[in-house]
Amino acid sequence: MNSTNWRLISTHAILIVGVIFMSLPVWVAFATSTHAPETILRDGLKFWPGGHFFETYSEVLFVEGGVMKSVLGTTMLKNSMILGIGFAVGKVIISMLAAYAIVYFRFRLALPLFWVIFMTLLLPLEVRIIPSYEVVSQLGLLDTHTGLIVPLIASATGTFFFRQFFKSVPEELLEAARLDGATPWRFFIDILVPLSKTMIAAILIIMFVVGWNQYLWPLIMTTKEENYTLVIGIKQIYQILSEGGELPQYQKAFALTILATLPPVLVVLVFQNWFVKGLVESEK
Amino acid sequence: MKRVQFEHSSIPYLFIAPQIIIIAVFFLWPAAQAMYQSFLLEDAFGLSSQFVWFKNYSDTILSGSWLQAAWFTMIFSVLVTFLSLAIALLLAVKANEVLRGARTYKTTLMWAYAIAPPVAGLMGNLMFHPIIGDLYKFFNAIGWDFDHKLDAFDASFVVILISVWKQVSVNFIFFLSGLQGIPTSVMEAATMDCRSPTRRFWTITFPLLAPTTFFLMVINITYAFFETFGIIDTTTQGAPGGATNTLVFKVFQDGFRGADLGGSSAQSVVLMIIVLALTVIQFRFIERKVHY
Repeated sequence: MNSTNWRLISTHAILIVGVIFMSLPVWVAFATSTHAPETILRDGLKFWPGGHFFETYSEVLFVEGGVMKSVLGTTMLKNSMILGIGFAVGKVIISMLAAYAIVYFRFRLALPLFWVIFMTLLLPLEVRIIPSYEVVSQLGLLDTHTGLIVPLIASATGTFFFRQFFKSVPEELLEAARLDGATPWRFFIDILVPLSKTMIAAILIIMFVVGWNQYLWPLIMTTKEENYTLVIGIKQIYQILSEGGELPQYQKAFALTILATLPPVLVVLVFQNWFVKGLVESEK
Repeated sequence: MKRVQFEHSSIPYLFIAPQIIIIAVFFLWPAAQAMYQSFLLEDAFGLSSQFVWFKNYSDTILSGSWLQAAWFTMIFSVLVTFLSLAIALLLAVKANEVLRGARTYKTTLMWAYAIAPPVAGLMGNLMFHPIIGDLYKFFNAIGWDFDHKLDAFDASFVVILISVWKQVSVNFIFFLSGLQGIPTSVMEAATMDCRSPTRRFWTITFPLLAPTTFFLMVINITYAFFETFGIIDTTTQGAPGGATNTLVFKVFQDGFRGADLGGSSAQSVVLMIIVLALTVIQFRFIERKVHY
């Protein structure tokens, strides 16, 4: 009996160490962001929140020159939202349509086109970054939402996921729909989309996080400050830290990391069950 | 594919067209250009270029800095993959064992999934900051002459630690769902036959998790190759002296900062080949999983 107790205690101890390892950095970032810059410079990182929460965060969010030269924190928040939502919605629509064509139709180019989609897995953005930049700049899409989102949404992951899901839908549904004379479009809208609701929600959540967290692509294709996302703002933090001479604004750097972290973390926590289901199922 | 399908000549093309058009414009065309550029040598002003066959490849890949980056990428990928898998597996096994607080543990261990690599990088950067960073002070206080700006080992340590931290949660989610997928009857039978929990884990649970582990290995290697770009760019930026350059970071450095288009494209093509190899491994594995 005694050894069972010890085992239970050690299990909890390991889990608690794990939780601390995973959470402490974010907690320290938050706590430090609520202190005055003088305090941070003198004492270092903080483990307990201070009294400068409203001061720091309102300056980062609403004051011009508060964090970047000209762009407000709220503008970056808006840009991140547009990227996250635009990426998620665009990806779901495009990949559902493509997967529908591949699974439910017999057509000559089905196989070659499937391989074209598959090939995108071999071409992560990182390996074609410079020519991609050139293409977007030739199309005049630098610093636009279209240029930011569209090149990101065509990759194969979403299509594979919906292909897998559509294949598990019972065939009788299509037979019945065809007997009733449903057109392909009707079948898609009235039967397939409602059936996929949970899966769509799960993919939307995952893709929102993925879109929000994009770094390299927004970094090279946004040149104007007004188009920065929060994650790109992270890159500019070095300026905040190096300028201002005697008093580096560490609290603002920490506040920006918290702002960039909060929305995707909230989405994952609130929709935890859908998110886990989508993540685990989509990789099968 | 379905047994029952629509027979239409044009409609499927309409459905698949958006994705194919975007792929053609933003994937195939740039990739073809990268291929083409990898055989060209441009003069310093980008005014003229000449076809040089494999010169870019031989120049880049045989250069000391590329080999250094390749070596670092390999060590880095192996360590990040191994450490993040090991930590995640330990935590998942323990989280699967407890009854009290199981949901709280699960939530608090998985939420870091949502943090972007560059954000994790910046947080780590500030934790290791020479003036305010407690970790920096702590390591120096215990007698480790720690300086990640100058010392290659210390810089690698910082980058690996942050990369592992960022990747534990996703591995944890997969391991936990893999563990929950093991039938209770199997575990009960194992408990009757073998009293040692440690032995039970290595002889029953771990082999049953093998498909998950193998799949995660591929995911983690891909992560270490590509997604850690944001971490490196916000911490060491390859310093000191290129000691923490990964292959992907070097493509970016040489192409954008160094304006060496031919060399950077040649590196891109080599990376594509590496990704191809990784994908082939992944697919062979998926085939195996079907037979399970």
